[in-house]
Parts: sequence; C-alpha cells; structure tokens
Amino acid sequence: MAIWVDKGTRLLVQGITGKEGTFHALGCRDYGTQVVAGVTPGKGGETVEGIPVFDSVAEAREATGANASMIFVPPPFAADAILESAAAGIELTVCITEGIPVNDMLKVKAFLRDHPTRLVGPNCPGVISPGMAKIGIMPGHIHRPGKVGVISRSGTLTYEAVWQLTNLGLGQSTCVGIGGDPVNGTSFIDVLAAFAADGETAAVVMIGEIGGNAEEQAAAWIQANYDRPVVGFIAGRTAPPGRRMGHAGAIVAGGKGTAAEKIEAMKAAGLHVVDSPAELGRTAARALGL
Amino acid sequence: MKIHEYQAKEILRRYGVATPRGRVTDKALEAGPICAELGGRCVVKAQIHAGGRGKGGGVKLAKSPAEAQEVAGRILGMQLKTPQTGPEGQTVRRVLIEEALDIASELYLSVTLDRAAGKPIVMASKAGGMEIEEVAAKDPRAILRQEVEPFLGLLPFQSRAVARGLGLQGDTAKKAAKLATALVAAYRDTDASLVEINPLLVTGGGDVLALDAKMSFDDNALFRHQDIAEMRDLAEENPMEVEAGKFNLNYIKLDGDIACMVNGAGLAMATMDIIQLYGGQPANFLDVGGSASQDAVKNAFRLLVSDPHVRAVLINIFGGIARTDRIAGGVVAAIEELGDVRLPVVVRLEGTNVEQGREILRNAPFKFIVAEHMADAAEKVVAAARGGR
Repeated sequence: MAIWVDKGTRLLVQGITGKEGTFHALGCRDYGTQVVAGVTPGKGGETVEGIPVFDSVAEAREATGANASMIFVPPPFAADAILESAAAGIELTVCITEGIPVNDMLKVKAFLRDHPTRLVGPNCPGVISPGMAKIGIMPGHIHRPGKVGVISRSGTLTYEAVWQLTNLGLGQSTCVGIGGDPVNGTSFIDVLAAFAADGETAAVVMIGEIGGNAEEQAAAWIQANYDRPVVGFIAGRTAPPGRRMGHAGAIVAGGKGTAAEKIEAMKAAGLHVVDSPAELGRTAARALGL
Repeated sequence: MKIHEYQAKEILRRYGVATPRGRVTDKALEAGPICAELGGRCVVKAQIHAGGRGKGGGVKLAKSPAEAQEVAGRILGMQLKTPQTGPEGQTVRRVLIEEALDIASELYLSVTLDRAAGKPIVMASKAGGMEIEEVAAKDPRAILRQEVEPFLGLLPFQSRAVARGLGLQGDTAKKAAKLATALVAAYRDTDASLVEINPLLVTGGGDVLALDAKMSFDDNALFRHQDIAEMRDLAEENPMEVEAGKFNLNYIKLDGDIACMVNGAGLAMATMDIIQLYGGQPANFLDVGGSASQDAVKNAFRLLVSDPHVRAVLINIFGGIARTDRIAGGVVAAIEELGDVRLPVVVRLEGTNVEQGREILRNAPFKFIVAEHMADAAEKVVAAARGGR
C-alpha cells in the first residue's frame, strides 16, 4: 500500500506553462499519474500536450475533479499559489519551488489552520508511491514497489537511499520529501503517523539534516508511538556552525540543530542510526531481518 | 545576508528605536572632529560582521578627540580576531564613533524565527552583554519568550510582559515596550531573520537605547528589499564564495584538503561527512545543482582547484532526471577544456545508465579514478589526498 499518492490521485499542476512545470507534468504523466489539469493565470483555455489549462485552481478542480496539486510557480508568487490551492479545497498540495521567503511561509502556515490541505514542501522533490503515481521531480525508475517508507529533507540524498534499497531488492511503499526549508507544511511526524496507519509499510528510512529540531521531535514520537524499525541518518556532521548548507533550513544556529544532538536523540529512541550514508540500504535490510 | 552594526542602527532608527548619536567613517582623521561633535568623549567601534568585537580589541573608549583619532588609527586596518572570525581575523575598514553614555544596566532583546512554532519569537533577558546561548545553557528560565502572531505583530500586553520581564518600571518600562514593538515591526517589514540588541542600554536618566544592533536577512526575500540588498559588503565575505556566487554555485569554504563537487545540498553534506568518516577533511561544500550541467561542472572545477590547500577532488553525482552518461560526458569535456589538471580526481557516478557513464570516464584521456559507490569513493579520495601529487 501507499500513503497520500496512489492510482486515485488526480493531479493538477500550478505553473504548468513554464519550462520546468511542463517538463515535470509530463514526467509525472509518463510515470502513470493522472495529470488532469494545469493552472496558469491568464492562460486558461490553452492546452499543454493535451492537458487543459485553467485560469484558477477553483475552475480546474470544478472541471476535472483534481484532488492534488503540484506547484512550479516562481518564489515571489509561490506562497499565493499554495493559498489558492488550499482555498479551492485541494486535499494534497506539493510545492516544489525553492526560495520562498520565510515570512510568506509563516502566513501560509497561519492560513492553513483554517483551510486544511496536506502541504508537502516547499523546496522538496515531492511524493512518489512506486508503481502507482508520483507528484514531483524525482526520477521514477530508480524506485520499485515495496514495503519501506522513506522520509527526507533532501532530494538527491533521498535518491541515493532509494537506489540502495532498490538494488538490494527492497521496494518502497511511499517516499516523501518534506523539503529543506526552515518552515514547511509536513513534518517527519506527519509522515510517520501516516506510515504507522498504513499496514503495509514494514520499516522506515528517515533522512534528516542539521538545523531545527524536527528530528529530535520525530525521535521522541517514534519511541512513544511507532514499533516498526526506523533507520536514521543525519547529514551535516562536518558542517561549520552559522552557515547555511545549501538548504535554507540547514544551519546550526546558536549552537542548536547540530548533527550530534539529532544522532543522540535518534539513538536514544532506538532508531538504527547509520554513520555512513553508504550503509542506509544494508541497514534497512538488516532491520527487516533480511 | 548580514549587515554592519551602523547599517542595522540606520534601519532601526526609522522604526523609532533610540540609538546613541554617532557617525561612521573609514578615516582616522575624521574621528577627532566626530568625537568633538559628540561632546569630546566617545566609543570607537570596529565595523565587521563577526560578533565578539570587544573581546578582540575592536571597541575602545576615547576620552578626547585626540584620543579618538589615535584609537581609530589603531583599529582601522587592523586584522581583528574574535571568536567568530576564525584565526585569520577580519580586516577593519570602517569604525562607528558614538557618544559615550552612562550605563545603569545592560539588557538583552532579540527577534528571531522559532522554527518549531512556525512563528517569530521575542527573547528578552536581564543578562545584557552575554551571548544568549550562554544564558540559555546556564539558566533557561532567565530568558523570557513571547511568540508573535505573524498577522498581528507584538501585541501591547506582550510588549508590557517583555518590559516587566526585563525588570523595568514606569516610563522606562514604557520605552522598552515601545522599542520591543518597533523591533518586531522592523523584523517583519524587512524580512529579517534576526534582530538582536545586545546590550540594550538603560541610562541613569531612564532612557532605553540600542547600544549594539545586529541584523541579518532572509536571502530569499531580498528581491523585495533593494535598499537592503545594496547594504551587502562583499569585503566581509570569503572571496572564493563571492566568486562561486557569480556562477550560481552554492559553495562554502572549509579548512580541509579534499575538494568535493556534488549535485544536491543533502548529498553534498553527506559527501563531506563520509570523507571525514574515512579519515579525510573536506575543503568545501559545493552543490552544483540537481542536473549537474557541463557548464556548472566546469565552473565548479575551476573554482575548486583554485584553492591552494586542495590535494584531491571528489566528484559525486547522482544522475536522476539527467542521465549519468550525459553527466560523465560533461565532466570529461569540462576537464579537457580546463587542461593541465594535475590533481587526482575521483569520480563516483550513480543512477541511470551508470555503466555507460563509467565507461566514458575510463576511456577519457584524463586519468580519472573511478569509484563504484560512495564508500569506495571516500576511501579512494582520502588515499589520493595522502599520496599527494
């Protein structure tokens, strides 16, 4: 089974007429996702490779029954795109855009309290349920269907982990990139809770990085609520304090958010913590008794 | 993005935050007249981005215009070393000269992002002059916190709580509450990521002033703040990082001797980590972007080898949407175009069409060291760096 994204997903793409939007809308469709609509204000009535374009999310939803959105809108307008999706009642909104101002995200968070949508990201690769559908920019073919859930703040490091799993014959139920920004929509705990409710996800690989304390919170949640094996890795133990390591959220600030603290919390919660990112796949296999 | 103290005070004054009177200069000769204007006693403060300036000898009291000039002459041009600059220090190019005030007490006040809450947070403490992290470690209860609703700003009852928490009463408390409200407004309007007043000064007469001010900003929001973007001081940044920025490369200089080039920030951090795990030291963080185009690889490589400490290079690319064989072709072309590369270069490619990609590397005129997986790559690059060349 899978979480959030499956054969019933009906995807609309906000920003579909841009280069990236078009490319990845088609990538999702090629993978098997039902891509039912695109939205670009002012371009309603056009089509992109057979996909109808609408002026607004509300119109697109009304006309096509879309229940999920993928956002490729440039950073200055991306927060508005999220709000539009939420206001139109879209259940799942995946924001790929990198570079949204923090203040815009604070407003989004406040708005979402009254307009429930599951926001994944921003600044993330998206969500994929192998063999069923994907919403995002990840290369579909490195995945295979199976029982390992993957959660990560990173893009290519997630692909690395997935590829290790796939090469060991370990498929994935769903892989969720929650994004590298300091303020995001979906937390590790949100994804873990969904995996816990999914009977078929037998183990989880969780990839964190320096900055914030989401990994510590997730570790505590796992200890109290989750009894299947979790493999953990934290990127950035060699990162200098006070520097942003590529991701806006990857920063050790005021001595907080270090890899050491996170690793300690994960170990204390009984996770299978790996020191080497090359060991993620094998450790997952061992944790599953394979 | 960081700015200088004098720039932060300029911004905060627009919001009604009181600061000591003063002026900035890059000429010692101007220090005397400025000091005289301020009444003949002044403080000369080195303007660099790093904190801890006082401890390094970058902040001095002058009791006369002549002394101000003499002190400014010593500070300007000095290589100021503080706990935050690193051992090489930072050249002082400007000094801020401010009136010397009588100090009744020194407090702490800041606004920053609480990531867990998803809201800005005001922090206040009576321990002015101390690093807030130090206060937090010693006695977390000594820090008063007020979460700010993004749509509402700091509410009047919250600003009163801040002033009370700082132990202030009467008019002084009102002034502090007003100042806290102004800080939150400045933080929000300018898309700041930090506004820190340390110390916040209470004078013998009960006035409340920002004796020091530190501001940094959300890089992602600079597009809507041209005036602040113009305050960027490239002289305060690492020259290699400035160069990297011109090519849209995400690069951070580190102290080691193994350069690395990776696509994606998370994988780049993990690559640094695995180099260290295998006994080496990374010379940098570098994310060439998800697709790792030939141009990006070429520019990145040129930058990496310009660091004289580098003894070996590790290229670690996960080919996803961009196929591995195409990336390999790009790496080979980039090295050929650069010519005369004498450092050992370990390449680890993974992903789509990986076998074809490795074949392209093996057949290239340049002798790449081809690694099979991440651990193999780390082992090989650490050995290559030890062997030197």
